[in-house]
Amino acid sequence: MTQAATRTWADLKRDDGKKSAIPEGLWLRCPSCAQMIYRRQMEANLHVCPECGHHYRIGALERVRQLTDPGSFQAMFEGLMPTDPLKFRDLKTYESRVRAEQIRTGRNDAAVAGVGFIKGRQAAICCLDLTFMMGSMGSVVGETLTRTIEHATKENLPLVVVSCSGGARMQESGLSLMQMAKTSAALARYDDAGGLFISVLTDPTTGGVTASFAMLGDVIIAEPKALIGFAGPRVIKQTIRQDLPEGFQRSEFLLEKGLVDRVVPRHELRTELSRLIDYAGK
Amino acid sequence: MFYQLEFEKPLTEIDDRIREMERKLDRGGVAGAPPGVTPEAVALAPDASSVRTELDRLQAERTETLTRIYANLRPWEVVRVARHPNRPQTRDYIGAICRDFCELHGDRRYGDDPAIVTGFGRIGPHKCLVVGHQKGKDTTEKIRCHFGCAHPEGYRKALAKMRLAAKYRVPIVTLVDTPGAYPGLGAEQRGQAEAIAVNLMEMSRLETPIVSIVIGEGGSGGALGLAVADRVAMLRNSWYSVISPEGCAAILWKQANEQTNAQAADALKLTASDNLELGIVDAVIEEPAGAAHRDPKGAASAIERWVVAQLDELVGKSNETLLQERYDRFRKLGAYEELAAEAGEDTPSPSVG
Repeated sequence: MTQAATRTWADLKRDDGKKSAIPEGLWLRCPSCAQMIYRRQMEANLHVCPECGHHYRIGALERVRQLTDPGSFQAMFEGLMPTDPLKFRDLKTYESRVRAEQIRTGRNDAAVAGVGFIKGRQAAICCLDLTFMMGSMGSVVGETLTRTIEHATKENLPLVVVSCSGGARMQESGLSLMQMAKTSAALARYDDAGGLFISVLTDPTTGGVTASFAMLGDVIIAEPKALIGFAGPRVIKQTIRQDLPEGFQRSEFLLEKGLVDRVVPRHELRTELSRLIDYAGK
Repeated sequence: MFYQLEFEKPLTEIDDRIREMERKLDRGGVAGAPPGVTPEAVALAPDASSVRTELDRLQAERTETLTRIYANLRPWEVVRVARHPNRPQTRDYIGAICRDFCELHGDRRYGDDPAIVTGFGRIGPHKCLVVGHQKGKDTTEKIRCHFGCAHPEGYRKALAKMRLAAKYRVPIVTLVDTPGAYPGLGAEQRGQAEAIAVNLMEMSRLETPIVSIVIGEGGSGGALGLAVADRVAMLRNSWYSVISPEGCAAILWKQANEQTNAQAADALKLTASDNLELGIVDAVIEEPAGAAHRDPKGAASAIERWVVAQLDELVGKSNETLLQERYDRFRKLGAYEELAAEAGEDTPSPSVG
């Protein structure tokens, strides 16, 4: 996985429409505090601005690298490949979009799953990948996650899912929608079996992903200032025809409304996860 | 005046002629039938009887045209029918199908969302809990119901009543008819996503039979939030998809207009037949000629027959079987290929650790 991929995607898809979330070059200007920061330093700082703590968006492999003990992660279900069940065609074909994303990112689809250790605690882990089609959930993401949940149920492991997604993948239409039911049903069984599911919400988590597994965590953690919601801010604005309040749908807002358990900065995520596993895991 | 859809225009001419014939008959009736003369006597007049024959012929032609038009609707046209202002809604079907309906209100947490109706009723030989989206018929009701876009309290109310039903193993019948869950400030603040998510998880393990019917619009998560069931059907002129054609057109075609909406509706495979083929629904319930809004009673009895047939089968199953089959039903949905482990060489494996 290349950092260039993260850059391009983040640049194009920032929800505020501004370019250069992570611009090229050795130095970059933080979109939050406008300070010039040294890229290497930012990257070494878990992709967090050393000046103001702005959390940059990261891909799934970088996320796994940050969360798990070195060398402990074993990827699973990597053979799952997207198909084009509806022969979907908008301005481009779904097939060509998928192929372009696969070439650009070197990934099959938008999820990385497996088993790894977090500060010595074994866990089943699934991370969505924002760099691949905006982390959207189609059949492959749904199947990968469902298998991860079923594996965690069978092996009696804690489950950590890191979400970042624009929602369900339109190009698989009804089948994407069904992934919401499928993953949620698998989580019901995991819950029946007494498993601990920690859902980590990162910027952005919206739509069908939020309205299914992401909000079903036994514990729900959010990274600071992440956009988290059901409907996107633009849709809400169009519906109610008024401006949205400052900080609406951000992690801190959700914390205040009682929808997430904790807002945890990236530096403390590993510690927090291991702590929660000690408290609630089996 | 009856709301007419664009593709129904071929009917206008026939309707005009039918009205003309009816006027002729009426005039004949008035002129030739002074008080005391029976209509039969008028009908016997040679002029009236030829008009009658013509009228019968026209009416047969009308039914045939209607059936033909509705058998060949484009997906975007189906969406228009599904949103027809006269299309029967949950409360209409409850009125037509349920005996002794006993409505239950409120989520016991925040409020009572009129966009979702819940209550006990009897359908055929079965006691049921009926849960359904209500869009509203007149302007006041539409506004109260947010045009069928439910808030979190609606989904929580639905779940609370469904849990009640499951406690006594009363089967659940859900009627889906929503453009989508409400996108607004209050809905987000009160956890719209969480409310839907919890419904998906809990419905998958409720220990009572659940059957769902998409009666109009099956818009995304807001629809699915009532549709995790043992059996799911769609009325012939309903749609069910992850996003509305307009929403999809706005994002993927960069603009929503008649043309792109129609293209998006084609691409999304949102019709009843498409969803049946994809395995997302188990049955398509046929509507009377010219769709449910022309014959709400006919549509209601079709729904009733299907519901009763499903419940007859489901009520006898043990909870274990029921829940296993419900799990398997959704578990198998999805389209992907799987490379064998050796073939995985083509794709770079993550170099992390």
